[in-house]
Amino acid sequence: MSFSNNLKENVIRSAGVDPKKCMKCGKCTATCPNGNEMEYKPHQFVYMVEKGDIEPLMNTDSIYKCLSCFACVERCPRGVEPAKFIEAVRVAKIRKQGENHLKADMIPDLLDEDLPQQAIVTAFRKYSK
Amino acid sequence: MQRIGVFVCHCGTNIAGTVDVKAVAEAMKYENGVVFSTDYQYMCSEAGQNIIKDAIKEHKLTGIVVCSCSPRMHEATFRKAAQSVGLNPYMVEIANIREQCSWIHKDMATGTEKAIILARTAVAKVHLNAPLTSGETPVVKRALVIGGGIAGIQTALDIADAGFPVDIVEKLPTIGGKMSQIDKTFPTLDCAACILTPKMVDAAQNENIKIYSYSEVSGVKGFVGNFEVTIKRKARFVDETKCTGCGLCTEKCPQKRVPNEFNLGMDQRRAIYIPFAQAVPKIATIDADYCTMLKTGKCGVCSKVCTAGAIDYTQKDEFITEKYGAIVVATGFNPIKLDKYDEYAYSQSKDVITSLEFERLTNAAGPTAGKLLRPSDGKHPHKIVFVQCVGSRDTRECGKSYCSKICCMYTAKHAMLTREKYPDTEVYVFYIDVRTPGKNFDEFYRRAVEEYGVHYIKGMVGKVIPEGDKLIVRASDLISNEQLTIDADLVVLAAAIEPDKTARPLATMLTASMDTNDFFTEAHPKLRPVESPTAGIFLSGACQGPKDIPETVAQASAAAAKVIGLLVKDKMKNNACVAHSDENMCNGCSNCAKVCAYNAISYVDKEFRMPDRTTRVRRVAVVNDAVCQGCGACTVTCPSGAMDLKGFSNKQIMAEVDAICK
Amino acid sequence: MKFSYYPGCTLKTKAKELDKYARLSAEALGIDLVELENWQCCGGAYSMAKDEIASKLSSVRALAAAKEKGQDLVTLCSACHNVLKQVNNDMTTNEDMINRVHNYMKDEEPYNGETKVIHFLELLRDVVGFDKLKEKVVNPLGGKKVAAYYGCLLLRPSKIMAMDNPENPTIIEDFIRAIGGEPVVYPYRNECCGGYIALEDKNNAIKKSTLVMESAEKNGAEEIITACPLCLYNLNKNGAVELPVKYFTELLAEALGVKGEN
Repeated sequence: MSFSNNLKENVIRSAGVDPKKCMKCGKCTATCPNGNEMEYKPHQFVYMVEKGDIEPLMNTDSIYKCLSCFACVERCPRGVEPAKFIEAVRVAKIRKQGENHLKADMIPDLLDEDLPQQAIVTAFRKYSK
Repeated sequence: MQRIGVFVCHCGTNIAGTVDVKAVAEAMKYENGVVFSTDYQYMCSEAGQNIIKDAIKEHKLTGIVVCSCSPRMHEATFRKAAQSVGLNPYMVEIANIREQCSWIHKDMATGTEKAIILARTAVAKVHLNAPLTSGETPVVKRALVIGGGIAGIQTALDIADAGFPVDIVEKLPTIGGKMSQIDKTFPTLDCAACILTPKMVDAAQNENIKIYSYSEVSGVKGFVGNFEVTIKRKARFVDETKCTGCGLCTEKCPQKRVPNEFNLGMDQRRAIYIPFAQAVPKIATIDADYCTMLKTGKCGVCSKVCTAGAIDYTQKDEFITEKYGAIVVATGFNPIKLDKYDEYAYSQSKDVITSLEFERLTNAAGPTAGKLLRPSDGKHPHKIVFVQCVGSRDTRECGKSYCSKICCMYTAKHAMLTREKYPDTEVYVFYIDVRTPGKNFDEFYRRAVEEYGVHYIKGMVGKVIPEGDKLIVRASDLISNEQLTIDADLVVLAAAIEPDKTARPLATMLTASMDTNDFFTEAHPKLRPVESPTAGIFLSGACQGPKDIPETVAQASAAAAKVIGLLVKDKMKNNACVAHSDENMCNGCSNCAKVCAYNAISYVDKEFRMPDRTTRVRRVAVVNDAVCQGCGACTVTCPSGAMDLKGFSNKQIMAEVDAICK
Repeated sequence: MKFSYYPGCTLKTKAKELDKYARLSAEALGIDLVELENWQCCGGAYSMAKDEIASKLSSVRALAAAKEKGQDLVTLCSACHNVLKQVNNDMTTNEDMINRVHNYMKDEEPYNGETKVIHFLELLRDVVGFDKLKEKVVNPLGGKKVAAYYGCLLLRPSKIMAMDNPENPTIIEDFIRAIGGEPVVYPYRNECCGGYIALEDKNNAIKKSTLVMESAEKNGAEEIITACPLCLYNLNKNGAVELPVKYFTELLAEALGVKGEN
């Protein structure tokens, strides 16, 4: 449990926002363009981080579903900015040894001739350390 | 030499929890001039006050120090107790060892040390206290109510019923306020007009009530019992004494394209208008922004058709000054602007409306004659989505951090009435929490769900997308944990409410305090909820905080009771702690008069006998005790040290500082 | 007028037109865009993790370089603009990051968020002025119906980006009007195209891009313009609607009569 608490503190520190400010309105999830693709939706990230229930979040694909579109950051009425928790959990995950979601040798198969560098760089930023 | 008594209060554990009260009482026994010192559990109780009274008599005390809560709380209590046994009330000093000591310290040793210093300081001051007597001024037996909504009307009616004259100043051409725009009222579903308009008529017909409509307060002078208020009567270009309210001008005016504010811009009115059929006073008003005659000098239709000869294009704003003993603020509220919430597409689609607009759409006197039709195409909506908390409980700059309190109930009302009148309509309400604390409120909300089949969904709407003639509502259902998409025909936003914009400048004129949301602050949140901390200023309705109609009316009557309590007095006791100028030291520079906010200082030429037996005339300051509020601005401005404040003299304050530094 | 200019990597490769037409147009408008020397990739996405600092250093370097020159920093790619502007905000608000950046960079004059970052669109609106721009147009669009696609990164988070109303923006519509087109307002113009998810989950990007394009088409658009290479890619490649998608700078250069130049 101490490990989990430590993890919770790290995630909250990394997110830089306070999950306790959430009033559980669900506007983040309502406005998320990718919410339908997520096992854990944005509002659950906030709540589960607050509870210290971080392991399931680390192990879900949902952390790779956030598009960084900032819609929830923009529209959250309480300044909780849920995407920051998704990012914090994702960072906690990919910083672990061998936990890269995208490896360099996977890239060539994914490329097409028009794909802008921006997409590749962003994917690396999001998927690996 | 004074004979001083010190009384240390435990305030239960409020003080005794972090201050060793017995040690404080013991330490005071050794202070110069202290002849009696004790402690008690609750000094403000009858038993506590008796301890003080007995000690004053028994020990022939000439001054006392009560170590207790803030003087704002109980200074008056202890002064009264002292006075009852013959001690001048201004010989009582309070050492605030609660708010300024026990409540902010956690450590007993520190708390006790500080309490002893505060007590010692008060003792040092009492040594220099002198008995003071306050003068009296007559009370002007007339009240002013600012704002003519249901709050202002109710307050005025109650004051008038007690036999006092009262004036209502309303900035719009008619009284009635927001309630006149509402269709039905929760939880009883009474028709708002049916219960409001008789009150408007009562106000108009009551001989004690005078209504200044289309007017604003533009200046306030004076103090409790003696306010002098300047009222700006805006030019309405219609002679109020001649207009019969026949309405012919409002039918013939050729300028037809003025957004009708009464229907929130959803239809249009003429440039000369009467806001609605039951307006009080029923007098036409010309809107100078749109009147062709006033803008170009060419038209004059209204003047031609008016058989009463009431139209007067040359009318100017008029200023009148009136005296009042008490002022009631009843400036009300408005829904916030929604331009910062365009994820709900309010400015992108006519079919996204506010709840107040919805009221007008369901009101028989509204733009659709009470038929619920979409503003865009006049079609009947079959799927309606209500969104709660738009701007409320929102801690961002664009939002309001508070709960607007009325939205849950009026939305339940809208949803229920829609289902009753149009059973073919599907109604969704997205909520964060449903807040229904009020008599028969929760039952009302449950009826909407259980009997009327309104779909309440816990979750928020994230975005409204106008697509074709539909509004795609993207939302979350937090109970089933899914994202929902609803193709609605109409979206109704429960916009947060905020104080009227006129409240802030008015508060400045009245020197009445406000909170950060521009709601007026009450003198005490529990015990003095309808009084402003500024004496003689009272609060009625939503200007003090979000309120529904029953609460507003209750507060309005409470404010009236307070006003009546003031106006029945023939005279008001003045503040005894007023400024005083030592004419021998005054050099007549006028600096004090310049800084005095109350115009309490004047100058007189006075003859002075000089050492060589000649006489000389000098100009010296004189303070009007009845007007001075004891703020002390003059005393710190006076360059020669002539000005001093009774009860807070420079000497007394220095003695306190010395005692602290000892 | 001289400005520092940060093109970013995509503008050097797959989005050369975005860059080229901006430079030609700037020249025609009397604006001198001076490309920063030795700029490095911004990383493509701003890392929202507060303790993620190494990946933000390249942005700080670019910002500091502009400060050294005493020039405002102009950006063009939505993503670069978003990253630079958010990092710049960090350099005035995130104390821990400021300290760590200063300790690491050991610059003589430490950078503290002094540089003003402006997007090329803001340059047009606030420096040139859309009225003035209109006067310089030689080939107006002739009332062509053009839909602006903002995407996410230009507008959000608005308290930092501060470009326009994030929910009902007007800057690109005003731009379209200035060059003689008729802006098409449609509700999906600030919805996500799918972004980098295209790499891993193409179907997802197809869904999102198609939604955007269908909405633009339904509202009468003949053409879509954007400032973001990844948005352009997604709409063009993954949007299942046949509607031309161009960079806004291409239309600008065309309107100013400098498109053919090289």
